Amino acid sequence: MNETAAQTLREGLWENNPGLVQLLGLCPLLAVTHTFVNGLGLGVATLFVLVCSNGLVSLTRSVVRDNFRIPIYAFIVASLVSCVELFYKAYFPYLDRSLGIFIPLIVTNCAIVVRAEVFASGNTVGRSLLDGAAMGLGFLALLCALGAFRELIGFGSVMTRLDMLFGGDAMPGLVLFDGGFLLAILPPGAFFGLAFAVAGKNYLDQRRRRSASFAARHRVT
Amino acid sequence: MNSETGKQRPVWSSALVLAVLAVACIALVELTHDLTREQIEANEQAFLEESLRPVLAGIDYDGALSDSTLIIPVPHDLPGNQPATVYRIFEDNAPLAALFVVVARDGYAGPIRLLIGITSDGRITRARVIEHRETPGLGDRIEADKSDWMNIFDGRSLQDPNEDNWKIRRDGGDFDQLSGASITSRAVVKALRETLIYLEANRDTVFAPESGTE
Repeated sequence: MNETAAQTLREGLWENNPGLVQLLGLCPLLAVTHTFVNGLGLGVATLFVLVCSNGLVSLTRSVVRDNFRIPIYAFIVASLVSCVELFYKAYFPYLDRSLGIFIPLIVTNCAIVVRAEVFASGNTVGRSLLDGAAMGLGFLALLCALGAFRELIGFGSVMTRLDMLFGGDAMPGLVLFDGGFLLAILPPGAFFGLAFAVAGKNYLDQRRRRSASFAARHRVT
Repeated sequence: MNSETGKQRPVWSSALVLAVLAVACIALVELTHDLTREQIEANEQAFLEESLRPVLAGIDYDGALSDSTLIIPVPHDLPGNQPATVYRIFEDNAPLAALFVVVARDGYAGPIRLLIGITSDGRITRARVIEHRETPGLGDRIEADKSDWMNIFDGRSLQDPNEDNWKIRRDGGDFDQLSGASITSRAVVKALRETLIYLEANRDTVFAPESGTE
C-alpha cells in the first residue's frame, strides 16, 4: 500500500470517508448530530482516538502476531477511549453530559479497528498517524455538517452552546427562527440527513467523472 | 490470515507482549484518572450546587449549598424507602434551611423524586420535581417548565394550611389537584406533608452540626 501522503488525505476526507463511504460509526453519527456542537465534540474525541490508535498499532506492529492482534486492538482502543472520557468529564463537563453514553461508545466505532487492521498494522508510524488524522477529520467534517444541517432545520438555530467546547458564558449561536421541523432532530431525521449527504457526495462524484470523461473525449490534440 | 511460511512466534512470547501492553494501557488510564480526579469531583459538586439552587427561592445564601450533607438512614418517616439526603444551610452556626431529597413512591406511573427547600421554621421555600415517570400532558405538569402548579407550595407550612387540610381538594384539603392527574397530585402533596411533619418532629437531628465542626 504505497500511496502518497496526499492520497492518504484524500482517501480519509472524501474517497473513503468513514461515514459517507464506508458507512462505519453510524450509531454515534446518527445519535449525536442533532446539534452542531455535539457533532463537533464527538468528532474531536473520535479523531483523537483514531490518530493515537493508529499510531500505537503501527508502533507495535513488529511484535504483534496475527493470532492475537484483536485483543491488542481492543486494549489500545479501550484505554484511549477511557482516557478521552476522563478528559471530557474533567474539562468539558457539559459536553460530557450532553453526549452521555456516546463518548464511551467510541470504542464500538468500527472505523477505528478497521483502520488499525487495514492500514496501521502494515504501515509506518508517520503514515498511520496521517491516515488516522485523515479518517478522523473526514468523520469530524461529516458530523459537523450533519449536525449543523439538522440543528438548523430542527431548532432554527446553528452553533448554539459552543461554550460547551470552548468555555466561557453560554453562547447563543445563530438563531434564525424559532422552533423548526421536529423530525430533523429525531432519529428518522438523522437517517434522512445521512442519506442526503451520501446522495450529495455520489452526485458530486458523478458530475466530476462525467466532466472528466467529457474532457478526455473532446481533447483537442 | 495465518501464514504458513515465516517463523511462528512461540505462544509464550505473544502472551508476554500482550501482558506488557496490558500493563502499559492500564498505566495510561490510571495516570489520566489521577490527573483528572480533582477536576471531575469539582465538576460533580458544581452540578449538584446548580441543581439545588432553584429551591432556594428567597433565601440569600452565598456559600456552597452542599457543604453540610446529612444522610438519614432507613427506617425513617420521610417519603421513600431508601436513605434520604438533606442539605443543611447554616448561617453563623444557626440553622437557616434544609433541602430535602425525598421520593414519593405512590406516583401514578412510578416514584417521583422531589427536592424540597424548607426554612428552619418550617416554611417551604420551593419544591421541585427532579425525576418522575408521569404521563406526558397530564401528570408531567408537575415539572416546573410544563406548568406553574408546583408554585402553589411556595411559602406554605404546616400552619398554612393546617395539617388536616394538607391534602388535595378532592380529599377535602386545600390544594387544587392537577386536572386529570389527581393521583400524581395526591402523591406530591402527601410527600410534602410528610416531609414538613418530619422536620417539625426531628428538627434537632436534621440541623445537628457535623461532628468536628466548630
